[in-house]
Amino acid sequence: MSDTIKDTKTIKPGGVDTLDPEKIKKELLSRYPAKVARKRSNQIMVNKKDDTGKTPVMGANVRTVPGIITQRGCSYAGCKGVILGPTRDIVNITHGPIGCGFYSWLTRRNQTRTASDADDNYMPYCFSTDMQDEDIVFGGEKKLKAAVQEAYDIFKPKAISIFSTCPVGLIGDDVHAVASEMKEKLGINVFGFSCEGYKGVSQSAGHHIANNGIFKNVVGKDDSIKEADYKINLLGEYNIGGDGFEIDRILDDCGISVVSTYSGNSTYDQFANSHTADLNTVMCHRSINYVADMMEIKYGIPWIKINFIGGNSTAKSLRKIAEYFGEEALIQRVEAVIEAEMPEVERVRLAVKKRCEGKVAMIFVGGSRAHHYQDLFNEIGMRTISAGYEFAHRDDYEGRRVIPDIKIDADSRNIEELKIEKDDDKYRARKTDAEIAALKAKGFEFKDYKGMSIDMENDALLIDDISQYETEQLLKLYKPDLYCAGIKEKYAIQKSGIPMKQLHSYDSGGPYAGFKGAVNFYKEIDRLVNSKVWDYLEAPWQTNPELSAKYGWE
Amino acid sequence: MMPKKIKTKPYTATRNACKMCTPLGAALVFHGIEGTIPLLHGSQGCSTYMRRYLISHFREPVDIASSNFSEDTAIFGGGDNLRLAIENVARQYTPEMIGIATTCLSETIGDDVPMILDGMDKKVDPTILVHVSTPSYTGTHVDGFHGAVHAVVERCNPVTEKTTDALKTRKKINVFPGMLSNEDIRHLKEIFTDFSDVRTPIDTQSPDAIKNGIDSYAMGNNTEFTILPDYSERLEGPSWEDYQAIQKGGTPVREIKAMNRATASMEFGSILASTVDQGEKSAGSLLKERFDIPLASLGIPVGVKATDLFFERLEELTATPIPEKYKKQRGRLIDAYVDGNKYVSRQRAVVYGEEDFVVAIAGFLAEVGIIPVLCASGGKSGFLQKALEEILPKNILEQVTVHPGMDFTRMEQTAGALEPDFVIGNSKGYTLSRHLNIPLVRVGFPIHDRIGGPRILHIGYKGAQELFDTIVNTLLQRRQDTSKTGYAYM
Ligand code: SF4
Ligand code: SF4
Repeated sequence: MSDTIKDTKTIKPGGVDTLDPEKIKKELLSRYPAKVARKRSNQIMVNKKDDTGKTPVMGANVRTVPGIITQRGCSYAGCKGVILGPTRDIVNITHGPIGCGFYSWLTRRNQTRTASDADDNYMPYCFSTDMQDEDIVFGGEKKLKAAVQEAYDIFKPKAISIFSTCPVGLIGDDVHAVASEMKEKLGINVFGFSCEGYKGVSQSAGHHIANNGIFKNVVGKDDSIKEADYKINLLGEYNIGGDGFEIDRILDDCGISVVSTYSGNSTYDQFANSHTADLNTVMCHRSINYVADMMEIKYGIPWIKINFIGGNSTAKSLRKIAEYFGEEALIQRVEAVIEAEMPEVERVRLAVKKRCEGKVAMIFVGGSRAHHYQDLFNEIGMRTISAGYEFAHRDDYEGRRVIPDIKIDADSRNIEELKIEKDDDKYRARKTDAEIAALKAKGFEFKDYKGMSIDMENDALLIDDISQYETEQLLKLYKPDLYCAGIKEKYAIQKSGIPMKQLHSYDSGGPYAGFKGAVNFYKEIDRLVNSKVWDYLEAPWQTNPELSAKYGWE
Repeated sequence: MMPKKIKTKPYTATRNACKMCTPLGAALVFHGIEGTIPLLHGSQGCSTYMRRYLISHFREPVDIASSNFSEDTAIFGGGDNLRLAIENVARQYTPEMIGIATTCLSETIGDDVPMILDGMDKKVDPTILVHVSTPSYTGTHVDGFHGAVHAVVERCNPVTEKTTDALKTRKKINVFPGMLSNEDIRHLKEIFTDFSDVRTPIDTQSPDAIKNGIDSYAMGNNTEFTILPDYSERLEGPSWEDYQAIQKGGTPVREIKAMNRATASMEFGSILASTVDQGEKSAGSLLKERFDIPLASLGIPVGVKATDLFFERLEELTATPIPEKYKKQRGRLIDAYVDGNKYVSRQRAVVYGEEDFVVAIAGFLAEVGIIPVLCASGGKSGFLQKALEEILPKNILEQVTVHPGMDFTRMEQTAGALEPDFVIGNSKGYTLSRHLNIPLVRVGFPIHDRIGGPRILHIGYKGAQELFDTIVNTLLQRRQDTSKTGYAYM
């Protein structure tokens, strides 16, 4: 055992400031073969912010080294599971052997709510071509066509989409050709995704493939303009644990109407009509910022970054939306909503803060939550001393200003970048240049995201694509009061005696977004870090060794 | 009369599958071997999905590495990736064994894994490398499970290990139980331990006793046994006092290496036995072939009849009479069958899951008077029908619809007309039970919408007792909840 570990064996929670993060980094890398260690060292950074707001360069969005147990999924998972999964009225067919489809069948907690029971909802179904030996040898296109036909015969859906898994790409089945043929034949929209799992380095590639596909094949198909005053799209909100419902509730109270959410609780028609909104608000920058860009270029919709995680963050985001529209009636209504909602948030926050103040958390999830949830922890006085994303890119750490510097490697090159041009018929400038300039002059930020690192403490440890092995090392070295990650890490963390909160699926809790969500989250964290369960971890004979050796009467 | 065969129109897509993919079974086996890390050769998504799936059932850490294909690897082959992955896993975890299973991707491109592994053994010595081929486009997770057990036994017991009978001084049994729950494995261990510790009453005046001394007799017969795999500890362990890179538990590799010195092997699964008869290999058949170790193939011992058979074989193999404890368990069970008969008799059940498991559960249901009106599985070994014919009495068999290669959507379409009273199987049948508006009794794998799936006991008299009680109580609760009058007396 190295010295670092010895030094830290006695670390008590909260005593983390005595640890040298550079030493910890070394410790994390010590077991890897030299070449691997060199690679990993670009993805483990001690945070340093300079005067200009620059933060360390993160080696993000690079391929995980074989043999490292990553938490990342594949591009198929990102495409079918994350982005298209929450859309209830498109029939999704997985083209491949059975596993890929089976494992993505209702495994995310995205919720949906149909207006009535008569509305289509195919989410409980998992269609798979269930490829067999002969399909691999002779090709599976025939079977795929039959599957599309069959899905159509049973459901008569508006749209059917096809998802390619790894073997499909190799045997050369052309899912796009099958899609266009069936589209022609059936007279409904049928489109395919080349989201083979080996494309890109993580599910992020799949998000991109999915969003591109929706943009190409669905957006702009319905030009009818919805009667409403303030129309926005909510991009990068997946309605895990009902987050989207809570956000919708608040926006509704404010008189702001959501044309389409990408893609929590979404429908085909919403996507088709989403180019009629007047503002795009981006929650998860990673999974969808490019869609916001494309919509701006093609249809003239400006976009802003917002965050509905945290009471204050929610208030701030609402004000930002109101400021964009700039109408007094809206501004006042938003203020009224905030005034009505915040007292309860504050009451719980202050009560919980007393018990949580000074405790430390670590967050390793996703492409935006590792950042967003720090707001919630801040609100109850907890520090996030180490964090990282599973599948984010450099801009999600360092801010959008580094985008021009990002190197495109082989893995990114195989993800299609759409060439988008202004649509002369449908483009509509939402604001005049003067209006935009006036807003900017007031400090209003369009299409900006400054990334996570700048919001974290100096000396915080940033770790991209943290492995299972590193996770366990980190727990041992830091002993944080709370660790946030996903189900794959969950049980190793709890076995180490450290409270754990899942921030992918929320441990079947939620919502955590918006005002009610903040209250839920404060209470949940209070329960976790102050729970008595952990006291039972050690049996009496462990804490009190003489007990086992002696009897009372001795 | 033959069981009814349902005629449905030819179908193509699988909707809501009742099976998982092959490497999942292999990964589970590797978790049942001490100090072993599974490594899937293919893209990382498969490993991540399977970890996630196993974790949601076991609620325990499950580590599965991947050789992490990129697009280039997919085109040019995965040799370098696999070698690097092995080295990397070896450095991080210093495992005793790395269990390598292929995915559809590496199988499709046709990677020659044994060739890639050539020379790697030495490089990571003393870590043992085991390879099992697990394309998912043939077979299900069960095939991956049996395949991995076979591969491990084969790798650890090369032909050169031929032992002379002289070494086989003690009775020693290899047990290959198949894909059972943690609690099942624990119960098996208890049974085998009891059988090896039995103190047979001795006649102190017998010539043998006088000649050999009383003590050697009083010690009992001391049969040794090795169960493979055994994930009952690693996938259900206590909190860690010390950090554990690989959780404790699992069949020790040295015991697997000694399997060629056993006096008998026992293997559960009547479908498995049929495939072996057809020339497929299993761990038990391999040991029989290579080392002349007799193989006892049995159905999974669920229910009285199957358990009776199991104990009979045990008595033979260990030359030890069944311990009193199990006789009592059996007695209580039969008594309960009698008491509860009025609640279960002629009730109708839909049974689904992996084929061998379906056969075992159907056999149990039939013996308590429940008719398994639909026996369905995503697997299609070709032997489900035959296995059910062998286990079910004629009068019941006549009322049974057998359906291999079935998915949940078609199960739902078929089940309605059969008027079932409840469904029995894993969590994936919840929607089915909800739509049919009848209760679901959860057994098997995966169980992710309840806690304690791994603690469900299915086998032995005790397992039958628990299953019986659960089923009766489920039916009673149903009656009670839906009864307008007299709900206080059930
Ligand atoms: S590719 Fe094959 S091994 Fe991988 S998840 Fe899909 S079915 Fe399973
Ligand atoms: S085969 Fe490919 S698409 Fe399927 S789960 Fe594995 S990595 Fe993902």
